Amino acid sequence: MQTVSMNVNGEPKSGEVEDRTLLVEFLREQLRLTGTHVGCDTSQCGACVVHVNGVSVKSCTMLAVQADGGDVTTIEGLANNGELHPMQQAFKDNHGLQCGFCTPGMVMSAIDIVNRNGSDVDEATVRKELEGNICRCTGYHNIVKAVHAGAKNMGG
Amino acid sequence: MAENGVGASVRRKEDHRFLTGKGSYTDDLNVVGQTHAYFVRSPHAHATINNINTSAALAADGVVAVLTGDDLAADGIGPLICGVSVTSDDGEPHRAPVHSALAQGKVNYVGDHVAVVIAETLTEAKDAAEKVEVDYGILPAVTDTATAADDGQEQIHEVAPNNQCFNWPFGDKAAVDAAFESAHKVSSLDLVNNRMVTNPMEPRAAVGEYNSGTEEITLHLTTQNPHVHRLVMSAFNQLAPEHKLRVVGPDVGGGFGVKIFVYSEELVVGWACRKVNRPVKWTSDRTEAFLADAHGRDHVAHAEMAMDENGTFVAMRVNTTANLGAYLSTFATMVPSYLYAFLLAGQYSTPLIYSEVKAVFTNTAPVDAARGAGRPEATFLLERLVDVCAEDMGLDPAEIRRRNFIPVDAFPYQTPVVQCYDSGDYNAALDKALALADYEGFAGRAEEAKSRGKYRGIGISSYVEACGIAPSAAVGQLGAGVGLWESAQVRFNPTGNVQVFTGTHSHGQGHETTFAQLVTEQLGVPIENIEVIHGDTSKTQFGMGTYGSRSLAVGGVAIAKACEKLIEKGKKIAAHALEAAVGDIEFSDGNFTVAGTDKTMNIAEVAFNAYVPHSYPEGLEPGFDENAFFDPMNFSFPAGTHICEVEVDPDTGVVEIVKYSAVDDFGKLINPMIVEGQVHGGIVHGVGQALLEGCQYDSDGQLITASYMDYAMPRADNVPSFDVDYAPTNPPHNPLGVKGCGEAGAIGAPPAVINAISNALGIKHIDMPATPENVWRAAQTATS
Repeated sequence: MQTVSMNVNGEPKSGEVEDRTLLVEFLREQLRLTGTHVGCDTSQCGACVVHVNGVSVKSCTMLAVQADGGDVTTIEGLANNGELHPMQQAFKDNHGLQCGFCTPGMVMSAIDIVNRNGSDVDEATVRKELEGNICRCTGYHNIVKAVHAGAKNMGG
Repeated sequence: MAENGVGASVRRKEDHRFLTGKGSYTDDLNVVGQTHAYFVRSPHAHATINNINTSAALAADGVVAVLTGDDLAADGIGPLICGVSVTSDDGEPHRAPVHSALAQGKVNYVGDHVAVVIAETLTEAKDAAEKVEVDYGILPAVTDTATAADDGQEQIHEVAPNNQCFNWPFGDKAAVDAAFESAHKVSSLDLVNNRMVTNPMEPRAAVGEYNSGTEEITLHLTTQNPHVHRLVMSAFNQLAPEHKLRVVGPDVGGGFGVKIFVYSEELVVGWACRKVNRPVKWTSDRTEAFLADAHGRDHVAHAEMAMDENGTFVAMRVNTTANLGAYLSTFATMVPSYLYAFLLAGQYSTPLIYSEVKAVFTNTAPVDAARGAGRPEATFLLERLVDVCAEDMGLDPAEIRRRNFIPVDAFPYQTPVVQCYDSGDYNAALDKALALADYEGFAGRAEEAKSRGKYRGIGISSYVEACGIAPSAAVGQLGAGVGLWESAQVRFNPTGNVQVFTGTHSHGQGHETTFAQLVTEQLGVPIENIEVIHGDTSKTQFGMGTYGSRSLAVGGVAIAKACEKLIEKGKKIAAHALEAAVGDIEFSDGNFTVAGTDKTMNIAEVAFNAYVPHSYPEGLEPGFDENAFFDPMNFSFPAGTHICEVEVDPDTGVVEIVKYSAVDDFGKLINPMIVEGQVHGGIVHGVGQALLEGCQYDSDGQLITASYMDYAMPRADNVPSFDVDYAPTNPPHNPLGVKGCGEAGAIGAPPAVINAISNALGIKHIDMPATPENVWRAAQTATS
């Protein structure tokens, strides 16, 4: 067991973890930040995507100890004083979610896609870069629309 | 139309919690003192269990209990059941092997449940599970659908000779055979409907708590139908009396059918929490989901159509073998029988149909309903066969459909396979879809593609499905053990806001918004003052849950009926308060008014009055809260035409969907935004089946597609955006004029895609999934 400390959604957090404890387990089980989900065990589905030091990471594929000293943002940390992040708002406006299970990972990935590709990112790039986030409900049509709308709002 | 009422694309009420990480899914729940369950599963497809030694596991760190099938039997927990009866051709009911939640003496598929370890932490439970020693006597496995019932095959269950569950003929065989003998032309096709793993993104989970003071079990489950779970577990599994069992389906991350059924893990968690007198939590990992969730589809069929010289269908004959897996899941028998053969008429006026379905047991996971359930299998077979008929007759695929469509003036239309279709205008949907797809311009696009070395193809699929499941009388006659009505309670609080309790369950469909739209439309209460509550047997009245595109078509009507009762009650209260006769009170836009006067009360004032009845006369009952049940007179029959256009790269076999157009008849749309989202999702589910998803067992019964590394789910870069439109008709028996939309895409898409690929390659048929390898092989012999 060892102690890890990190800033999570702007607040300092620490806890005792085993060497094998995954970041997602630390977030869900110890910090009770259950907005980050686990949908597979092979790092394929992307339901667990969070940002570590500003970059999207599958938190099922990172050990908690690897995030020691880092800045972690989860879906719970996006809204600002009750106001949705432009990407969250775009998912709502464009019906980019149904059951909501893949949604936190989708939104976190979408923000990272815009951060890296700019607000005029094209559809092919959005689709290619969402390849690591699986959704069974929406058929992706409205998710892609939402990412574009969110990109515009983030840029503007 | 009321603001935010029927027909408005209201943004969803449920989205805020999902977008901010505040959804509450079963695995998010943690209970003080909880233990963790992990299942010991069979690594063999077929084996006797000679001995289970649990002593090393029991001695491991943190272990609370290790329980086996013997413990389950000793406590009188009954086996899992299948709720629908099918009579076999020998006059006997279908063969139903005993399905214990934990194996007793034998395992029958890889992933079958051998024992459960309960420990303080999940890692301790997993570590201890490794220490459970099981002595297996390995037997040969049966995995192939087509040959499972052949002579000489290993027998899986004593009660099912030749591994046959039932052989179910339907239709006038002699008349059909005679029509074939005198037909101008017979077209035929052999086809496979590939096995799928349903894969909602949230894996199944259960949290059980036992209160020894009240002797009540509370079970949080990933369920589409909490009351059905409670009923089955109580009445058939003897887990607890119904009033001592509370089942909660909180936020559920997708269902698509696979969360209808009562599973071993759920029953074991409910039982174990009482046995160890500690809360017990179990969450499936994705590998377990592949192994032990009920799978879908898995048919092998031979289909024939007899035609006259005009290409008119005169008779159809279908022979199907359906794989039900190792045991019967909760509704397994119904899927390849009533939900399949009764849809074989499709949109056509084929007068004679004969179907024979042989259902077989194999050493694979149980197979049950998955998005569409039987209807995708029927539609794939029929719509592929129709394209073969067109080719054989030298007719355009659109033209042969048109020649055989049930005409618009023939509704209600009695098919030769039981169903009586409510309403439809199949030409209207086809015409609209052809225009949307620019069908006329296809030849030019194909020519242009050829110049780039690509094969372009276009495929039509005209489907019909039976939704709004279901009229209780109809399903009762067919052998279902339940009625399929739905219930609602609409309760005004004294301050005028409204709680709507529904027996359906929302797991992505947006009921909290759509149902609130119904209520705001009818009662005039602002939508923000309406809360829809579902999924908890201790909060809502008994209801049957969500599947078969039934929630709006059946559950929505129950809500509307409860609202009607409130209006009637409100008139009495308003009449008393306004000192008028009940017959003089009119209700509109949320206001009760004395006709011809300006004396009025809004519905919130009436509600307050109803809870402060200081001067009520005898006979006027206080309170403003009404219940209603609705049992439909018929199924609803959504229908439509989907057109898919593909480009095939003959060098790589990669298929790109370049355009996809869908025109559907769902009746009236309550929230068009939500409906369109359901269409998109359904289409991609169907595209997944057509191009990507194939569940594969090897001959030893090992599941070789047990992760997202090996089982190809459709991803964002596999699919395009879609063109969606509607050609609605009005179903006369549905008071809301609605039909249901959740499964349509998964039904319409597979044949549209495969028809397009067959067209591109100039081949008769290619089986699903049309992976690059399969397409490349087909392209090598193609004539295009």
